[in-house]
Amino acid sequence: MLDLSIQIISIISFVGGVFFILTGSIGLIRLPDVFSRIHAAGMIDTAGASFIILGMILQSGFSLITAKLVFIGIFIFFTSPITGHVTANLARKKGVNPIGKTKGKTL
Amino acid sequence: MINSKSITLFLFLFGFWLLMSGHYTVLITSLGVISCLLCVYLTIKGNFLDNETIPIYFFPRLIQYTIWLIKEIFISNITTAKVILSKSEDPELFSVKATQKTNEGKVTYANSITLTPGTVTTQIKDNVFEVHALTKEFGNDVRGSEMDRMVTWLEEGK
Repeated sequence: MLDLSIQIISIISFVGGVFFILTGSIGLIRLPDVFSRIHAAGMIDTAGASFIILGMILQSGFSLITAKLVFIGIFIFFTSPITGHVTANLARKKGVNPIGKTKGKTL
Repeated sequence: MINSKSITLFLFLFGFWLLMSGHYTVLITSLGVISCLLCVYLTIKGNFLDNETIPIYFFPRLIQYTIWLIKEIFISNITTAKVILSKSEDPELFSVKATQKTNEGKVTYANSITLTPGTVTTQIKDNVFEVHALTKEFGNDVRGSEMDRMVTWLEEGK
């Protein structure tokens, strides 16, 4: 009974991860400019990756592999904002102007 | 040379080594201890061991902050998915002031903004952050500066 419920929870989190990765990919193609697309990529990096990793943790059972999976998640959470920030920063520095309104003074 | 920072770094490295290795014989574990000690020695010799490497004053409130951040990330993920699927994006660019005192606090705040889908830090100058938001609501969330207060609270430590 416990096995079955763990399986069900793990499948639910896989489905959630697939949903977020698919939505992020749609956004990556559909959104208008580079700055908006970074938001979609950030969604794949956070929700997509963490739901897939959660599903894998539930599948693997409690062992050293669990710790390794948790560390993969932590490293993704540390590196994903860096790449997002570098992409946005470089686009700004090279003079790409974002679509939409600009409020107040910008740097 | 032996202070709280180097000991903390050694404990982190060795704990990470234990989790990654999975082999616990005397020979291999002692090799792990030696390599961790060498890493700590090189870090001290290269003058990398400062508040940036080991922000000890973050640790007391780190768990509570992480739980809060994961909750925020989950909520804004759902909102971003809704925006993408309903084609209702309305991007805007604006500046906010950060109230953190240390560089580590500012980095944590900027990374937390970027980690939350829907908002990205595009440029940083001193304590002014330029933020790009996917919709007006995301912009209002950042301008409401709840995250700013949380990071400042994390930075105070104790």
